[in-house]
Amino acid sequence: MIRLDVRQVPSLRMSVLSPIIALAVTVAAGGVLFLALGKDPVRVLSMFLVEPFNGVRALTELGLKCTPLILCALGLGLCFRSNVWNIGAEGQFLMGAIAGGGLALWVTNASAALSPWVFFPLVVVAGAAGGAAWAAIVALLRDRFNANEILVSLMLVYVADLFLSWLVFGPWKDPLGFNFPQTVQFAAATEIPRFVRGMRLHWGFAFALVAAVLMWLFMFRTHRGIQLQIGGPAPAAARYAGFSSRAAIWTTLLISGALAGIAGAFEVTGPMGQLTPHVASGYGFTAIIVAFVGRLHPLGAVLGSVVLSAFVIGGQLAQSRVGLPASVSGVFQGMLLLALLGCDTLIHHRPRLARWTWRAAP
Amino acid sequence: MTRSFTRKLALGAIVLGATLAACAKKEEAPPAPAAAPVAKVEPLKAAFVYVGPVGDSGWSFSHDLGRKNALAKFGDKVTTTFVEKVPEGPDAERVIRDLVAQGNKVVFATSFGFMDAMVKVAKDHPDVYFEHATGYKTADNLRVYEARFYEGAYLAGVVAGKMTKTNTLGFVASFPIPEVLRNINAFTLGAQSVNPKVKTRVVWINSWFDPPKETEAAQSLMNQGADVLLQNTDSTAVLQAAERNGKFAFGWDSDMSAFAPKAHLGSVALNWTVYYEKSFGEILEKSWKPEVTKWGVKEGMLDFVKPAAFLPEDTKKAVETAREGLKTGTVAVFKGPVVDNTGKEVLAKDVVADDAWKGAINFYVKGVEGKVPSGK
Amino acid sequence: MNELALLVAATLSAGTPLAIAGLGLLLNERAGVLNLGAEGMLLISAVAGFAAAYHGGSEWLGFAAGAAAGAAVAAVFGWLVVWLNTNQYATGLAVSLFGSGFSAFVGIDYVGRQLGEKTAHAVPVLADVPFLGPALFRQHPMVYVAVALVAAAAFFLYRTRAGLVLRAVGESPQSAHALGYGVRRIRLAAVVTGGALCGVAGAFLSVVYTPLWVEGMVAGRGWIALALTVFATWRPGRILLGAYLFGGVTMLQLHLQAQGVQMPSQFMAMLPYVATVVVLVLISRNPLWIRLNMPASLGKPFFPGA
Repeated sequence: MIRLDVRQVPSLRMSVLSPIIALAVTVAAGGVLFLALGKDPVRVLSMFLVEPFNGVRALTELGLKCTPLILCALGLGLCFRSNVWNIGAEGQFLMGAIAGGGLALWVTNASAALSPWVFFPLVVVAGAAGGAAWAAIVALLRDRFNANEILVSLMLVYVADLFLSWLVFGPWKDPLGFNFPQTVQFAAATEIPRFVRGMRLHWGFAFALVAAVLMWLFMFRTHRGIQLQIGGPAPAAARYAGFSSRAAIWTTLLISGALAGIAGAFEVTGPMGQLTPHVASGYGFTAIIVAFVGRLHPLGAVLGSVVLSAFVIGGQLAQSRVGLPASVSGVFQGMLLLALLGCDTLIHHRPRLARWTWRAAP
Repeated sequence: MTRSFTRKLALGAIVLGATLAACAKKEEAPPAPAAAPVAKVEPLKAAFVYVGPVGDSGWSFSHDLGRKNALAKFGDKVTTTFVEKVPEGPDAERVIRDLVAQGNKVVFATSFGFMDAMVKVAKDHPDVYFEHATGYKTADNLRVYEARFYEGAYLAGVVAGKMTKTNTLGFVASFPIPEVLRNINAFTLGAQSVNPKVKTRVVWINSWFDPPKETEAAQSLMNQGADVLLQNTDSTAVLQAAERNGKFAFGWDSDMSAFAPKAHLGSVALNWTVYYEKSFGEILEKSWKPEVTKWGVKEGMLDFVKPAAFLPEDTKKAVETAREGLKTGTVAVFKGPVVDNTGKEVLAKDVVADDAWKGAINFYVKGVEGKVPSGK
Repeated sequence: MNELALLVAATLSAGTPLAIAGLGLLLNERAGVLNLGAEGMLLISAVAGFAAAYHGGSEWLGFAAGAAAGAAVAAVFGWLVVWLNTNQYATGLAVSLFGSGFSAFVGIDYVGRQLGEKTAHAVPVLADVPFLGPALFRQHPMVYVAVALVAAAAFFLYRTRAGLVLRAVGESPQSAHALGYGVRRIRLAAVVTGGALCGVAGAFLSVVYTPLWVEGMVAGRGWIALALTVFATWRPGRILLGAYLFGGVTMLQLHLQAQGVQMPSQFMAMLPYVATVVVLVLISRNPLWIRLNMPASLGKPFFPGA
């Protein structure tokens, strides 16, 4: 039996090695899985590990997929480090999409002559406002009425989704769209500028990377950022750190709501170009995994989103290229995540062979 | 092209360490690699994009069945691949582009939400054919196809109108898009054609697929006196709820007679095979043209199948007459006078609705209770 | 009157799977473990329960298989979070992802199968009482079992020594450890028991409630069950209340729609979620009250050597 002893200091070597071990474990298990399904394991694995990075177009698509995940995960990382359990980033993402999409719709209907570069900061503000406003409900109910943020933020996801549905089925429906639930196509002026013509990767990706650096500075180089992580909403500890717990709730929720909202606004004014009922695609929930895979570190969020995006893209490639059912991709993705999380244990623990005794294991 | 194997059990053990059930499985083999001999004609590569899992027993399943049947007919002249569970957002464009990059010469996308992705990719690839189900945007190399579902709903309505004792029908609806509104109205009109006293109650569940919610909606309708139900959702839940309550219902999308021997009055079954065969044939013969296909009972894209053996003779006759009428064109589902449920005439006497009218349906006909959620 | 009775009956039925799953998750959380993998556990147990009922021909076999499958998934989760101290939030979500893929994969052969004919249930004599009969006494036995389970869990938590230990582990694992209790073993036991209860709920959905198996059929009910534990402020009795409230508002909005009420269906569909938040706000206004109930170590790992 292997026993785990707590390390005095987290192992730096292991924090680098553990993802590699996890990858090796999953590759081995996945290989057996794909072999049992009668698929060429090397080819299937390359769909997840190589193809998403293979070529310029693949990389730009990966960046496009990463953008909303990075933004959502950055805010969640801050929340979770401060012990504020916002699991409703999906709802904040949707409200940001509604606000950003609403602004784009207004510009489109007004036929305003606008440079996309002027619109870009405007849509960031709109998205941030939409997401932050939705998160503010969570903060308000937590602060004033002590209502648990896990429940409130989660319930508001459903409300936001239904609200979007009402908008695109009702007042915002394209009048010439044969009653289908979607807005008009937004004007070209509202499209987020792209890096290269013909590729979908837009400047929102650069925005997300800058946001990651800024978040890192805030978290580790400002007094307030460090206070937040020490205190969180625990009143006693926060007071000790010279910081009110109420401020912690409001700050973290507003920041993470704003970031998720910006992600939503980018999604509708970037690759989508209109509002449809299908704006929600689980980014807010996936970002929770991203945040933890990235160990709640802003730069980890960037890496984590690359991993998760490659999983999703790889799963679709594996379907069309090697005929792997979508459900098996899901199984494989779950396995890799569990392995990643399991191996992280090695950072804080040292495994050691020990005689197995039921009693001794507390 | 299918291969059987029984190793899934061992696989289950590997993955979870617990086995759930022993079973033999069948699975679609991957498309043959493109390394065809030089002498042989390169087969047509066709790709399908589905919004749901092929195992949804409803919408995506029916398209996949059409794909398999058409494939069987064309033998080695066609190869197909598919991607299931593709979200109707930015992912669709990437998936479709990738399918084109793999050398597919025709791409079928089978949900409305793929429309703009199809338009964008079609523009960049004039040498590839694009086929989009239930959309309305076309281009030189992009065309649309759909089934006149409302004909099936009308036939179900005829049976329902005869079989109801409470004169109250129930409809479990997904989203208020024109297709669903047409179905609700056609169901009601069909029933009224044989029983003018009929009224229809509608419950929207805001989902295409949520079996427990479908059950709840059906239960709610039956609790309020509806005794014949139709649904526009994917699962068999409504039919099974009717069976438990001793009420009647229909199958939708596919033959669901096996699920509820006592409640099942008939199924509105889709048959996409006819269209996929047409498309493959036209591409192979190079006679493919951009056009709009809306097929119904006449063309065999859908039909009212497996009418229950216990239906009274006159009911059987009524539905058969209506079915023949749809085939020969003597029966039109939307033919004036049609009055909406506020009393306004929306189609004048003896006028047969055109596609524009049918596309713009945003009201309930007289006899449907309530108000369209997307209406003004 | 009759419609009202049927509305009550439908509410009890709709609330039952939520109550059982919520109760399972509550036991986890009382021991300090938050399991966001509920959705995945429900899916796996739904397919396992359906398969067992299909092959074995008995609903109760289905529940047993569902419980076993739920317990097995929970054991994997528990091993990871309790022994390897992985992050509970991320591990739970990974279990959800895994569960939805795995259940779809093994369940593909059960799509479109049907179980044998259902028998109507009625409690003798009581079922014929006007109003109360149709409202309360013509339910599937599992509806009553759910109530009994809640009562049993309340008794266990507040009236037995083992329950006290469980709560102590959730409240202060360090002190429980110092007193010589095996914190990890107790947590794992709670997680597995909770998983088994979730499994029963999953099997109820696929074997009794719908009854069918198709990929993704749980459709978010795992998340609602998780929310219920918070709503209930971690007290078993209120889980039942919350489940019936949520189920009741859901049925009520469907009922009103069928009546032809003039309101967009999207707003009607929001009602159960909004109602849950509003009631939570009312409950939580006394901060002391909720603080006393929330397990202090919820979501935090426990290192015995530290």
